[in-house]
Amino acid sequence: MTSAVAEARGLTKVHGRGESRVPAVDAVDLEVPEGQTLAVMGPSGCGKSTLLHLLGGLERPTKGEVWLAGRRVDTLSERALARLRRRSVGFVFQAFHLVEELSAAENVELPVLLAGHSRREARRRARLLLDRFGLTARARHLPSELSGGQRQRVAVARALANEPRLVLADEPTGNLDSAATLDVLRVFEDLRAAGQTLVIVTHDERVAATADRLISMRDGMFVDDTRLTGAATGWLGGLAGLEG
Amino acid sequence: MQDAVLAMLAKEPSHGYDLRARLRRSLGPLGESMNHGQIYVTLARLEKAGLVVCERADGLPERPERKVYALTPAGQQRVAAWLTEVGWPKPDLAEFHLKLVAAAAARLADPVELVAAQRRELMRRLRETQRAALAEPTESAAVVLLEGVALRLQADLRWLAACERAWSTGDDENEGA
Repeated sequence: MTSAVAEARGLTKVHGRGESRVPAVDAVDLEVPEGQTLAVMGPSGCGKSTLLHLLGGLERPTKGEVWLAGRRVDTLSERALARLRRRSVGFVFQAFHLVEELSAAENVELPVLLAGHSRREARRRARLLLDRFGLTARARHLPSELSGGQRQRVAVARALANEPRLVLADEPTGNLDSAATLDVLRVFEDLRAAGQTLVIVTHDERVAATADRLISMRDGMFVDDTRLTGAATGWLGGLAGLEG
Repeated sequence: MQDAVLAMLAKEPSHGYDLRARLRRSLGPLGESMNHGQIYVTLARLEKAGLVVCERADGLPERPERKVYALTPAGQQRVAAWLTEVGWPKPDLAEFHLKLVAAAAARLADPVELVAAQRRELMRRLRETQRAALAEPTESAAVVLLEGVALRLQADLRWLAACERAWSTGDDENEGA
């Protein structure tokens, strides 16, 4: 196939049985090229979270194909799929999903150890990532001792620990107040600038606005697909002036 | 903006270029299109209205950038009145609303498509605003101003989502709205 990091063809997921069968994702085609940040928005129940789960191999499609980093994943065995997920995909969830008994640093080290690297390598990566997100002073703290914004930054650091080709984020600011949301916006802007391929599902316009591309979903289908990049419009500069 | 220039003179008498620099610092990227001569035009108008006086001129008196301006008592009163005034810019949503109503009534265009086009534009503006905010030094006074611009855009985008819901179910029901 192409050099897209994530790709879907005719991707369909139907929930329920018999009469109550509802397509959550309805025959969508998608290509996410290397280095692109894509935001997917839509009302709750439009299928955006299911789409993310299908792309990351957390759910299997009813129909259609999913390709990750050039490999078809919907036909893989559970074991092979788990291995691919661990190495190639980083997940960021609304509820953080940190291990409460482990420190911030240990949470970031864990996936590195699970991928078969040495303790030393795990510590090295955790140190670099926590430093990158301004969390060095919090490395030994338990998640319960951190603010919401700090927890989500630890979760992003963990998602990056195995240098994944693709990061998937599901409502990353859903549980955060506006100051913490700004923290997370800064992190996503940092990932975008670093060329990380990223798909964010969100209802928060401000999170979506950090992306290069925006897809709007309704009833399991894409109703709009637009690029947000382009030359500055100069619009801001005209907002305040002496004549105004 | 005349009021803002007057209020800046309340701190101390200043040169036009000092005032301009302070405005630029406070506005950040929002002050970018302010051209060099505007501050002198504004000061000349304020002087004519008796709200400021040229206190002295350093060096050549004929050059406007050498003049030091100060508030007159009338200028001070105007600043005090401006500070306590509770004015606020009007949200201008009626025109876009009427565009949707008219487009649907005459079957000229699909209101949902008009909303989508508007959303694309506002999302690009939001992106630009946020990137400008992140690029400002953290101590910059313009950060909180850019935050305000971003929050207003977010509010407008949420209103567009409400418009989309209304027009995708309503068909002709909205005609009288």
